[in-house]
Amino acid sequence: MYICPNDLMVLNKEAMLAYNQEPDACWECYSCVKICPQGAIYVRGYNDFVPMGGQVHPMRSSDSIMWTVKFRNGNMKRFKFPIRTTAEGAANAYPDLKGDNLDNELLSTQKELPSPDPAKMAK
Amino acid sequence: MALPNKPMGELPAVANPEIAEHECDVLIVGGGMAACGTAFEIKKWAPADMKITLVDKASLERSGAVAQGLSAINTYIGENPIENYVKMVRNDLMGVVREDLIYDLGRHVDDSVHLFEEWGLPIWKISEDGSNLDGSKPAPKLTEGGKPVRTGKWQIMINGESYKCIVAEPAKTALGEENCLERIFIVKLLLDKNTPNKIAGAVGFSTRENKVHVFKCKTMMVACGGAVNIFRPRSTGEGKGRAWYPVWNAGSTYTMCAQVGATLTMMENRFTPARFKDGYGPVGAWFLLFKAKVQNGLGEFYANTDAVKDELGKFMPYGASAVTPTCLRNHLMIEELKAGRGPIYMATDVALNAFLDDARAAGKDEKEVKKFWKHLESEAWEDFLDMSVGQAGLWAGMNIEPEKTGSEIMPTEPYMLGSHSGCCGIWVSGPDEDWVPTIDGPRSHQYKWGYNRMTTVDGLFTAGDGVGASGHKFSSGSHAEGRMCAKQMVKYCRDNAGYTPELKQTAQELADEIYAPVKLYLEHVGKSTAADVNPNYCKPAGLMMRLMKATDEYGGGVATYYMTSGKLLNICLDLLEMMREDAELMAAGDLHELMRCWENYHRIWCVETHIRHIEFRKESRYPGFYYRSDFPTVDDENWKAFVNSTFDPETKEWKCEKVPCVNIIETDPWI
Repeated sequence: MYICPNDLMVLNKEAMLAYNQEPDACWECYSCVKICPQGAIYVRGYNDFVPMGGQVHPMRSSDSIMWTVKFRNGNMKRFKFPIRTTAEGAANAYPDLKGDNLDNELLSTQKELPSPDPAKMAK
Repeated sequence: MALPNKPMGELPAVANPEIAEHECDVLIVGGGMAACGTAFEIKKWAPADMKITLVDKASLERSGAVAQGLSAINTYIGENPIENYVKMVRNDLMGVVREDLIYDLGRHVDDSVHLFEEWGLPIWKISEDGSNLDGSKPAPKLTEGGKPVRTGKWQIMINGESYKCIVAEPAKTALGEENCLERIFIVKLLLDKNTPNKIAGAVGFSTRENKVHVFKCKTMMVACGGAVNIFRPRSTGEGKGRAWYPVWNAGSTYTMCAQVGATLTMMENRFTPARFKDGYGPVGAWFLLFKAKVQNGLGEFYANTDAVKDELGKFMPYGASAVTPTCLRNHLMIEELKAGRGPIYMATDVALNAFLDDARAAGKDEKEVKKFWKHLESEAWEDFLDMSVGQAGLWAGMNIEPEKTGSEIMPTEPYMLGSHSGCCGIWVSGPDEDWVPTIDGPRSHQYKWGYNRMTTVDGLFTAGDGVGASGHKFSSGSHAEGRMCAKQMVKYCRDNAGYTPELKQTAQELADEIYAPVKLYLEHVGKSTAADVNPNYCKPAGLMMRLMKATDEYGGGVATYYMTSGKLLNICLDLLEMMREDAELMAAGDLHELMRCWENYHRIWCVETHIRHIEFRKESRYPGFYYRSDFPTVDDENWKAFVNSTFDPETKEWKCEKVPCVNIIETDPWI
């Protein structure tokens, strides 16, 4: 609900269920589907070109994502892919790292920087 | 966290919203890869008391073009000479690029990729036996000598579903969550009251509550992506949202910077990617990893015929490269389609079965082949599921299994962007180093003016899709470029310590301007029986269709196979002028619609710059992206030059000019 990059998912308070308020502005990025703690959001493909009956649904954990692909003809496929090799929250933001010279082009984690090889420069 | 979203109509917009005024030293506008790079980097350089604020229309964790994930990082220099990267980009973009910016990007980009891997992004590796390992398998990191799975020279494969989440996390931690304001849409930049051509702030509004936010700042980085839904898409119903680039990119970067006088460059450039039809799934892995070929409707693999070689020979030196420029690959495809030899298929079946035949020929038994196939099939589906789930949904709905049947590919509607295989954007300073050419004249002709990636407006920086004439940055390069801006903005603050920004308008005047569509709605809504149909105002959804119809029919959209002309372009400009006027008659009944109003306003403006530039450039620089029937060829003799344009915020006049293009890297050999 909160996550939609295009601000589409809203809650119908009477039914206590979310819905997409502007389907033709949906990128089908699945951010809402992946993050929903109840696994309650399903996507029906765009109705102007996707034949009915297919379904793609993810289950995302902290280190992997499992996809179930159901075909119109009933065939099913399942795939599992890794998504992250570290624990959530563990990415190092380098809070104590300080750069020392504002007047060159080095970034804080860089030690050296090349410039174009004179032999390969335009004459 | 901002407030929860509300259903349509539940939170009506009010005529007089609350106003919040903020002051900071540095304002970061955007939340994609570039903005995350800036957020990560900036505190490493900033003094402890420097106030830095990031404002995002969406939520950092899933904001920008990488929201959905990616299956590859398309720019990792690794073992390649950076000079060769410059040559590749220069050739793909038909010669007219800023080689200083490209080289500079090339020497920073790997550092960001190494951070991504450290933060937890799984990067595929080549095992000792030569097979592909997914990114969760134990293997040395890139910095430890681990070998990535290269598809082309510059691309590496990843398990990238959570790419953006992983990059956003340390960005937010580094900046401090309290300094990241989400669900605020910045719609207008503000110049200083006392000093001309100097940035002083920005104004926007909350998409969740009736509140206008006014920011004062000394310096600013704007990176809100490219422009989508500016030409009529091939799917105009529900599938309008299945754009190739993220549908929420509304050209805000270009419009907002242009309106305060930042010089734009190469706005004539556009990107019309050839992708799987309708689902717009990626083709890179199919071409490069699976070695698939394209087949026309007659079953011919047309790409390597003598006729094609002759056609490419018309576009030298660009056509001679081993990797044909993206626009020319489109051109060849369009030639097939126009000759009635469509549709074009990606022969996924032929490609996948060739792998299985090779495995059998190498002596693998059927059990081993089956295991190998499972791996291959999984790789093929992951490519879509990581970054274009809608394409996987289309295959499921169509009962398409790629090993059994090929899938149609087709060039899409045009997009504007500066980070992918396109290069429209803003003219910026390169690094202040000796190898970057010194050029006399105004900033709009120069290559450097003190602060790397600063636009021609003092204190205003941009990155990612914002920087023009420097494509092929992709996700990793955009992040690195955002980091470069971070350091430069701190330097700018140090050098301008005495500067106190002052706005020309009062906060109330700004709020009235931002909420004008709401006021218009409230004034007239009762004058018709249907809120969306009213003679006194138009709704953003309708105006968007009007824009897309005009550009499609007159500006070289899919309707005409991307063909336009001076005559058609001038009609388009006339239509756009009226649309710009009518944009002031857009009405918003709720906050969601107010967001759509301002997005459309940005779209109309940025498309106008696009059409102006195409009209000014009397040649067809990008055959396959667009054609001018009155100047149908690439004319290097007269037009191997930038087209730069500047809007004067005082006089409201546009100026287009031809600016010389300098080669920094050797031109012989060209590639």
